[in-house]
Amino acid sequence: MVTRANPEPARRKVAALLFIALTFSLFLCRSSLVLAQESPYIVTYDHYLEEPGSMELEYFSTFGTQRGGNDFDAFWTEFEYGATAWWTTEVYLAGQTTFNDSTIFTGFRWENRFRLLQREHLVNPALYIEYENTNGADKILKEVEGHDVESDYADSNVVLRKEHDHELEMKLLLSSTFRGWNVAVNPIVTKNLLPSEPWEFAYAIGASRPLALKASPNRCNFCRENFIAGVEMYGGLGDTRSAGLHDTSHYLAPVFAWNLPSDWTVRLSSGFGLNDNSHRLLLRWGLSREFSGFGELVGRLFGGRP
Amino acid sequence: MRAHLAWLRATGRDGLVNLVIFGISAFGSARALAQSEHAAANKNKKSTYAVLAEAPQKERGRRNPFEADTQAVAAGGKLFEQHCADCHGRKAGGARKGPSLLREEVQQTTPGSLFWILTNGVVRRGMPVWSKLPEPERWQIVTFLQSLKLQSVHSQPEKPGPQRSQ
Repeated sequence: MVTRANPEPARRKVAALLFIALTFSLFLCRSSLVLAQESPYIVTYDHYLEEPGSMELEYFSTFGTQRGGNDFDAFWTEFEYGATAWWTTEVYLAGQTTFNDSTIFTGFRWENRFRLLQREHLVNPALYIEYENTNGADKILKEVEGHDVESDYADSNVVLRKEHDHELEMKLLLSSTFRGWNVAVNPIVTKNLLPSEPWEFAYAIGASRPLALKASPNRCNFCRENFIAGVEMYGGLGDTRSAGLHDTSHYLAPVFAWNLPSDWTVRLSSGFGLNDNSHRLLLRWGLSREFSGFGELVGRLFGGRP
Repeated sequence: MRAHLAWLRATGRDGLVNLVIFGISAFGSARALAQSEHAAANKNKKSTYAVLAEAPQKERGRRNPFEADTQAVAAGGKLFEQHCADCHGRKAGGARKGPSLLREEVQQTTPGSLFWILTNGVVRRGMPVWSKLPEPERWQIVTFLQSLKLQSVHSQPEKPGPQRSQ
């Protein structure tokens, strides 16, 4: 008797290998590299967009402590593309490992940021619109909204992943840069696309400054101007049914970025929960690299003009 | 690594196919818009340098705090290579995305005008704002661009990129 092997696992392996190959080829591709002057924020956004035609690949990880459950490590990859000087579009793929539990894919997000004014002003606005297709086990805590509290994340992955969220998230990115300091304020509203769900509110604010404002004449890894330090604070503000600070969580996080001349950026952040509803610690790190001319490179692959 | 492979496995074939289709269509739309903007900018090439005249009078008159500072020229050259050369060419002579900065219109304008353009960008033509660079760094770039002016006057070869410290 001849048995036929189930082709599904093999196909999944191939799909996974293709994905890994794509990621590595992007890292190795010969589009030119530029030094990205990246901000140190992980949750807060300033008004600066990706340079047109540039692709930035980013990987972030968040280790979180969990009372009443298992600690977790949530991770996400961002593909950020500067479509024009006023529009940046970005896709996130997110997953998480809950210790003593499992590792699962938790969904994707499509984010768009639009610059609203042509020139620089004292306060510069940008509009952020994001579609999220995630499940309840999503723990990247890229934003803390409404009445999100630590106990929401205590269940096992099997239970949490049963919930599916289709959300629209909008932020007004207000940012100002003066004497080397950047101050950014992001009011946030989120709507689960189910009509019965309320609008949720949140905030993120941040301030940062490079350690030196003048560049040194030579390339160097450890020059002070390559380092940017700052602090960010974020949390929920309730929802349309029950606005306010009760049953909300809030975090204060020193942030730090190291922009290397070799085109890599390293970010570190340690977020501390500010009340009993918050995770005690959210330890985050990120690694990113920017590829200038990526759009042209892909355009040529598909027969575009050289 | 094991965790990440599990993550990838969990997406399943259909999820990945959907994501790839979604990604290609989103990227295609973004790319098409960028190309149409680029074509529109090319049509109006004559007025490429007219934006220099848009700098407010007060800004045009600003003095470069690093004028004739050789250290600033070197630092500005480094910054130019890192942030500007991809569009304007390694020697500032222009490339597909950005115009030449060696042209008379640029070389004869005031340091304040260059600083203003660098700060505000020319968003409608695809030049991003560079106010995220601290003000002294922007002046260092202006100093570097003005050093190119001196070179072109004396018909010397263009300044090469900054030296790499080993």
